[in-house]
Amino acid sequence: MQTVIVHLQTGPIIVIETHQLTKVFRDRKRGEVRAVDGINFRCEPGRIYGLLGANGAGKTTTLRLLATLLKPSSGTVWVAGCDAVREPEKIRTRIGFLSTGTALYGRLTARETVEYFGRLHGVAEDLLQERIREVFSTLAMGEFEDRRCDKLSSGMKQKVSIARTLVHDPPVMIFDEPTVGLDVMTARTIVQFIRDCRQQGKTVIVSTHVMSEAEKLCDRIGIIDRGRLLVDGTLAELRTQYGVTDLEDIFVRVVEGQP
Amino acid sequence: MNGRAIRIVYGKELRDSLRDRRTIISMIVVPVLVMPLLMFGGGSLMFKTMTKARQEIPRVMIIGGENSPKALSALHAAKNLQIVPAAEDFTNQIVEKRVRAVVKLPPDFDAAIAGGEKAGVEIYEYAGEIKSGFAAENLDAFFRNLRDATVQERLERRGVPVDVLKPFTIQRQNVAPPAKVTGSLLGGILPYIIIMMCLTGAMYPALDVTAGEKERGTMETILCCPVGRTDLVLGKFLMVFTASVGTVVLSLLSMGATFHVAKRAMAHSLPQEALQTVATIDIGGVAGMFLMLLPVAVMFSALLLMVGLFSKSFREAQSYCGPLILVAVVPTVAAMLPGVELNASLATVPLLNVSLVCKEMISGAWHWNYILLIFGSACLYAAAALAATVWMFHREEVLFRS
Repeated sequence: MQTVIVHLQTGPIIVIETHQLTKVFRDRKRGEVRAVDGINFRCEPGRIYGLLGANGAGKTTTLRLLATLLKPSSGTVWVAGCDAVREPEKIRTRIGFLSTGTALYGRLTARETVEYFGRLHGVAEDLLQERIREVFSTLAMGEFEDRRCDKLSSGMKQKVSIARTLVHDPPVMIFDEPTVGLDVMTARTIVQFIRDCRQQGKTVIVSTHVMSEAEKLCDRIGIIDRGRLLVDGTLAELRTQYGVTDLEDIFVRVVEGQP
Repeated sequence: MNGRAIRIVYGKELRDSLRDRRTIISMIVVPVLVMPLLMFGGGSLMFKTMTKARQEIPRVMIIGGENSPKALSALHAAKNLQIVPAAEDFTNQIVEKRVRAVVKLPPDFDAAIAGGEKAGVEIYEYAGEIKSGFAAENLDAFFRNLRDATVQERLERRGVPVDVLKPFTIQRQNVAPPAKVTGSLLGGILPYIIIMMCLTGAMYPALDVTAGEKERGTMETILCCPVGRTDLVLGKFLMVFTASVGTVVLSLLSMGATFHVAKRAMAHSLPQEALQTVATIDIGGVAGMFLMLLPVAVMFSALLLMVGLFSKSFREAQSYCGPLILVAVVPTVAAMLPGVELNASLATVPLLNVSLVCKEMISGAWHWNYILLIFGSACLYAAAALAATVWMFHREEVLFRS
């Protein structure tokens, strides 16, 4: 069942769309490196898009382009109705970005961390306190909200990280290899959190190199290799196209160029 | 530019760094405790060592002096000399510090003096060694007195008044005000210490908010926020600047307090006039120095932020800081060298110019045209460094260097 959610902050068009998205780096040793090479894809609200690829395939660069951390060399990115080159700050108000590792300020408390990111996102002070109460109670963070982040367990840290990305209630969520290096229980929390985001009608994009995770989680999968998006479709579509059921087999066929 | 965003970033960075033990050590503990300990502890230790060396009666050796019982017994009677038996290898003994100095008397020295002949006395010492120097001084003084006494005796014998040797007297008078005297003594070293504190105070926080953030992965998350990169870097810069200026202020206060305490402690042992001369600091000069240091603090903060931004990790950033300190030390030390004085061309050399003008201000000399020129040029360097930092913070190949 699909719930339709009309988001107050951005209106109904909450999609990510790229057209011939390209990012070229200049490397002293390797010369020109096309980290992302003419990628086209589209993510829709209430869906999880999985960007599947080996290490160095261009996943992180693609997500950084979506998050406006990097500027595209050519091509276009639209996130939540805004152009990434012309309106990067508008896009940043509408995305939540969770990357590998918890990336927290160890000397700030859980509450201070979330307050800081809320304020940077321009959330008004009274609304901010309300949002924090809401997020902290959803994630059951009450007991450690005033403890410094470097004193927290990895599960608690992960919750703070999640709270930080949620505090401004973004309609678009970007996850860069969110479960790398996490223990099973913490990884499950994250996976559940990603599902909740879909449930709430957010547009979600996840990069991963873990096949089982992509298989369980994603509604649509794009396989990326050496900066190029080789194939894109739902799991069922990919299975039909390649005649195998296991995603790993599909991945190998795609990357090795077999039909 | 968005003032609210800058304030938010500044407030967070300040709170974060004030909770960091490493910042607290470099910003508060070092200036408040270590600096006065180093300056005055080191100073009084040196003073004590010198006093002790002077009080010690040096071991000296007499070579020669055959048939001169009068001179020898006078030397033996001297209270500030301890005579040891003569030995062939006397130079070796000086080198090995078994004796501090040696005097070589010609044969028949007594007779030569009595007979009005010319006689040469040689004193051997180890130049540059304090205790040897003191021993040689004592010997020197002994023979000068002997010579004066001999001259006086000869003149009296011939009925000539002794005053004939001193047709006039010479006396040196000091016109420098007390502050100037202390200023000249302190003027060289104080700007050096304060400029170094200005640099070290900024160093740790600057690297922590740049290379440290990259290392922890928080740089990426902070750049995802809808805050202009200029606002982000200015917020960070203001925190580093605060740490730098804070370190300077605390250093000055702690030195002032130590100075005050030292002055009160000396009040019992030194005559009032001497106290006036050695222990008066021109407050205006110190305030002038502080103002001059503000653009320097801006420049240091910006340069260190650039080093941190360029580095991939905290460790890498630290390894760049060694050479940076050296680059800062050279012009600052150059200002302490005797004879290096303020002129128009030196007034535009970064750090050297500020060090030189601070030296002048502390000793009470206000060359307004130079002060304005130097303040202007220091502001220009500071603005250039800050602009470069902001520019660098907009470069994605710097922020995501891998």
